[in-house]
Amino acid sequence: MEHTVLCRNVSKVYRQDTVAVQALTDVSLEIPRLDFVCLSGPSGSGKSTLLNLIGGLDRPTGGEIYVDGNRVDQMEKGALAELRLRRIGFVFQAYNLIPVLTARENVEFVMQLQGVAAGERTRKAREILKEVGLEDLENRRPGELSGGQQQRVAVARAIVSAPSLVLADEPTANLDSKTAENLMQLLRHMNREHGVTFIFSTHDKLVMEFSQRLITLRDGRIVDDVRRD
Amino acid sequence: MSMLKAPLLLTLAWRNLWRHRGRTAAILFALALGVWSMVSLAALSRGSMEQQLVKAILNLTGHIQIHAPDYRDDPVVEHRLSPPGAALTAALSRPEVTAWAPRVRVPAVVASERESAGVTLVGIDPARERGLSFIPDAVTEGRYLESTDEAGILLGRKLAERLETGVGRRVVVMSQDVNNSVADRGFRVVGIFDTEPQAAEEGYVFVTLASAQRMLKLGDNISEIALMTTDRDRLDGLLAALRAAAPDLDVQPWTVVEPLLVLTEKIVNVILIVWYVIVFTAMSFGLVNTLLMAVFERTREFGLFQALGMPPRHILGQVLAESCILLAVALALGNLGGWLTVLALKDGLDLSAFAQGFEMMGVSPIIYPALRAGDVTAANVLVTVLGLAASLYPAWRAARHVPVEAITRV
Repeated sequence: MEHTVLCRNVSKVYRQDTVAVQALTDVSLEIPRLDFVCLSGPSGSGKSTLLNLIGGLDRPTGGEIYVDGNRVDQMEKGALAELRLRRIGFVFQAYNLIPVLTARENVEFVMQLQGVAAGERTRKAREILKEVGLEDLENRRPGELSGGQQQRVAVARAIVSAPSLVLADEPTANLDSKTAENLMQLLRHMNREHGVTFIFSTHDKLVMEFSQRLITLRDGRIVDDVRRD
Repeated sequence: MSMLKAPLLLTLAWRNLWRHRGRTAAILFALALGVWSMVSLAALSRGSMEQQLVKAILNLTGHIQIHAPDYRDDPVVEHRLSPPGAALTAALSRPEVTAWAPRVRVPAVVASERESAGVTLVGIDPARERGLSFIPDAVTEGRYLESTDEAGILLGRKLAERLETGVGRRVVVMSQDVNNSVADRGFRVVGIFDTEPQAAEEGYVFVTLASAQRMLKLGDNISEIALMTTDRDRLDGLLAALRAAAPDLDVQPWTVVEPLLVLTEKIVNVILIVWYVIVFTAMSFGLVNTLLMAVFERTREFGLFQALGMPPRHILGQVLAESCILLAVALALGNLGGWLTVLALKDGLDLSAFAQGFEMMGVSPIIYPALRAGDVTAANVLVTVLGLAASLYPAWRAARHVPVEAITRV
């Protein structure tokens, strides 16, 4: 099976002054292409740490991590930035959008970094904003959008340049249940329609219901891995 | 940074600057004020320096002087020269020479019936001095010398007051003639002149060239030839021609005759540079502080940029672009302010309330600012280059964040 993500014996230790905190211990994981995976577990279980390591935002203390066959844990900064730019989309819990850019400009941002020509950028951004139901709000800045709308813009931005993987760290944490449900439906739709692998973290049971595969972490270890489809 | 990224970084930089309008306006005002002060002070200093130079050159210096070899060390009647021969006259007729005149110039004593004073006796050709020295335009009472051999004398106002004499009265001038005998002659005061510095009003008396030559038994000999040219800063060609035409004479430019003027100009340059550095240092604290505040506030944003794949060098570029915009707008405003100030002061900045002090220094109490391209360029280049250098630290701070630390920072 073709893997989008492969983790082998990954561990992460944070050092705060003289105290070492073991955030992840010996985590091994294979995530095939087009999977829709939920990382669950209580606060401090290592969900965000694992997402950050997969996304190359942080480096593991030990083990190996591969994304689309590229060994992320040994990449140079520049190569990591390029990998994130071309292959990985991010949706964070908050502060997702660039406040001085409009919704459309936020969606175009990654494409602009990729060097996509202006006309094509705008066309793609408008298409995806329409798909997430925000075609009328493209000229609004983040401060003029609700939390749910902001997350939709973030999803649109994560998906627009056709990455192979989207990492979403508690994307619904700041949303009410109805908006959270809508957002999850949108993520699932994107997963199916755009052929993108999704890994998201949550401790919200409602959100977990949307996953194809539910991986539970506790104290930095995988304690359960259930395929639900 | 590719061309595609430049508009993105500039857009981000421009919009970020206006996130805190008050703060941006304050730093812009401070930077523009600094640039304005640099440009304005430079224009006033240059204007004042230029006035001093022009005044000193008109104060019997000229652009070039020709003397007998030892005259400048000992300006007495023995060190005299013959009137210019054919070769020298030809050189003095070159197109860049706008005026030249022969003079007798020796130490003397002038006495009225009440007082006497040591002075420099200057014998001039009245018509030839026009455009060459201050004296034709400085007579404010009585009249200027008319013919080449009249027996009139011009005194400075301060000297006339000291001698308790005036127009129409007689004074006696004494000096040493070519035979080392005391020569004296009575002159009628025909005019009183006012000039700056005051030392010139007390130090010079003017008679006609022929009167001085007769009194000192000089025949047709003279003490010096002074000349004025079209450009005081380009004298090399003319100096060479004059020296070739008169190889036995001492031909010197004003920079050698009046080294103090050159020194003063150098001091003005140093003062301007020191002023530029002081103003810039004050400005740079404000600039760096503003950029650091902006960088700290946007730590999460920079983390987001990196998470989305923006290379650190583009984040560095974004902060530098903000600095560039601030500097460019401030320079435009500061230069405009400086230019308007110079325009507003085109009739002179009147500092006559402090006139006495200025006159003692030989500086006119009314300063006419002179905007020089070199000074404006120096101020602009200094502010731009050092401003960007000062911005490197905040920009580096912004670019060096590890994405996860920046994103998770509360």
